[in-house]
Amino acid sequence: MIPVIVISIYLVIIGVIGGLAFRKSQANTEDYFLANRSVGEMVFFLSIFATNMTAFAILGSSGQAYRQGIGIYGLMASSSGFVIPLTIFFIGTRLWALGKRFGHQTQVSFFRDRWECDAIGTVIFALSALMLVPYMIISIMGGGTVLAHISDAGGTQPPIIPYPVGCAVVAVVVTLGVFLGGMRGTVWVNILQTTLFLCFGAVAVVTISHSLPGGFGEYIAKLAGDPKTSFLVTREKMPPQAFWSYTLIPLSSIMFPHMAIMCFSARKVTAFRRTVVLYPLAIMLIWLPCVFLGVLGAATLGKVADADGVLLLMLEKYAPVWLAGILGAGIISAVMGSDAHQVLALSTMFTKDIYQHYGGREKYGEKAAVHFARAFIIIVTLAAYGIALELKAKQGIFEIAIRYAFSGFAALAPVMIAALFWKRSTKWGALAATLFTAACLIYFAVLQNTCHPGDIIWQIGQGKDAIKVLFLNPRGDVSFWNGFMTVVPMVFGSALCMIVGSLVTRPPSQATIDKYFPKQMSKSSGRNTQLEPALSKVASAAR
Amino acid sequence: MKLKTFILTALVAVVYVLHQDFWNWKEAYPLVFGFLPIGLAYQAGYSILASAMMAVLVWTAWPKHLEDVEPEVKHPKGDRS
Repeated sequence: MIPVIVISIYLVIIGVIGGLAFRKSQANTEDYFLANRSVGEMVFFLSIFATNMTAFAILGSSGQAYRQGIGIYGLMASSSGFVIPLTIFFIGTRLWALGKRFGHQTQVSFFRDRWECDAIGTVIFALSALMLVPYMIISIMGGGTVLAHISDAGGTQPPIIPYPVGCAVVAVVVTLGVFLGGMRGTVWVNILQTTLFLCFGAVAVVTISHSLPGGFGEYIAKLAGDPKTSFLVTREKMPPQAFWSYTLIPLSSIMFPHMAIMCFSARKVTAFRRTVVLYPLAIMLIWLPCVFLGVLGAATLGKVADADGVLLLMLEKYAPVWLAGILGAGIISAVMGSDAHQVLALSTMFTKDIYQHYGGREKYGEKAAVHFARAFIIIVTLAAYGIALELKAKQGIFEIAIRYAFSGFAALAPVMIAALFWKRSTKWGALAATLFTAACLIYFAVLQNTCHPGDIIWQIGQGKDAIKVLFLNPRGDVSFWNGFMTVVPMVFGSALCMIVGSLVTRPPSQATIDKYFPKQMSKSSGRNTQLEPALSKVASAAR
Repeated sequence: MKLKTFILTALVAVVYVLHQDFWNWKEAYPLVFGFLPIGLAYQAGYSILASAMMAVLVWTAWPKHLEDVEPEVKHPKGDRS
């Protein structure tokens, strides 16, 4: 009961913050979707981090570590700690500047203007929205599962918060926060949420270490000494090809619509400075304890039915009940923090890229756009809630969809890089890359669902010398060339499509190129050079 | 390519390569602080290195020209897209 009370208090606080944000709001879309581009430095860091951290960072990481060992940290966490700050540094800052200069609020509005296109922007919008929806559904499913787990009364009794009620609680609280407060409410709530789940790991480790007889070292030595479990403290069962492939996955981060939209919301570009430096450390603060405790769970708990629940089981066993409640609030924070941004991003995309782009604002006015956005939030959340209840047994399908969505968004990164840094890039190149990505996603999803582990789809040569180009690995995942993940051909194939598609088609008009790539005189050579989208024309004028 | 750009590109490339610590692949020992397997401790250290690398980039290659960007067209309702 105590954990339920703690989480209830937490949810009430979230609701109050949303209400306060609503009182400060103005009736225009820039305020509703981007908090008037006024998010300060520290809040920006806490919020962009919350945007990117889902329940997977806490529960999934420990579950994967329980199954696969310590390699999960290098595979997912430290690679993200390297790549994501770099993308924020090089892409996020440029997006922010273009948003401020030309008023873009979504990636698609930038692409449409940059490449003078309409329908192609809609294609990119459709693929992005389709890849984002499973995320929302799984967030609600995750919230319902966590609340049911935390409120489990034990024995044969049903949990105090059953799964459908838990899903409803998460959906209602997130919807209310986003509906009332928009981006402002969401980032204010993120301050509390990120603080909570950043503290989660350290508190959990300290608490559990006090309850374990003999200390951590003894358990790790036990795992290392047993040939059946030694792989958990090394990476001997982790293919190096998969380990390297995973360094491409974090390219997806900046292409997630909620991350890109978050970049538009900063007050100043200097807000990015602290974020990119602290980001790897924040990832470490969350992932390191969770991965370590997941591995430790294999030594202390033995076999468990649901590996993703290993951390909750350890908390139940080794933490006082009130602390388990606070830690549960930390997990729920991770679920709701990212879910709120996903809901808001979908609403922003539909309102700006479809409703307004196709004449809704001219017809019904600016205030109506905000009403449209709010109505959309309710409809989309109700739909996600319905799916979360109806298809609970098929959660695995959504998890696979998300896994592919990561590869899909990573494969769209070349489109963004070309838009920002390559003036010769064209809308046809972007279309080719987008269609290639969509085709890969469909093809690999079909293979995953129709083939069996070990099946070879395409190989070169016969017998011992045959090279497997496309096959399903023993775990049933589609693999490419000697065990690389499908993200590898997707990213490089998309980049190739972007390059070839652009080179064989006509570039945008000179006026558009000059708009995004202002020319400057080179001091050394005395001739014109095209700088990166420096945006320094305005800066020079100001000086 | 300017020397500074070359050095910074090399720095990022070296840090990227250091992520693939194949020499720790099959090793659990030594246990750092008595409980962290070496592979996990290395990757935790790598996170700190990534943060340091970002600090160097912010310090030496910050896109300062973006700091003075102003909206090209003021819109009373704040919506210009």
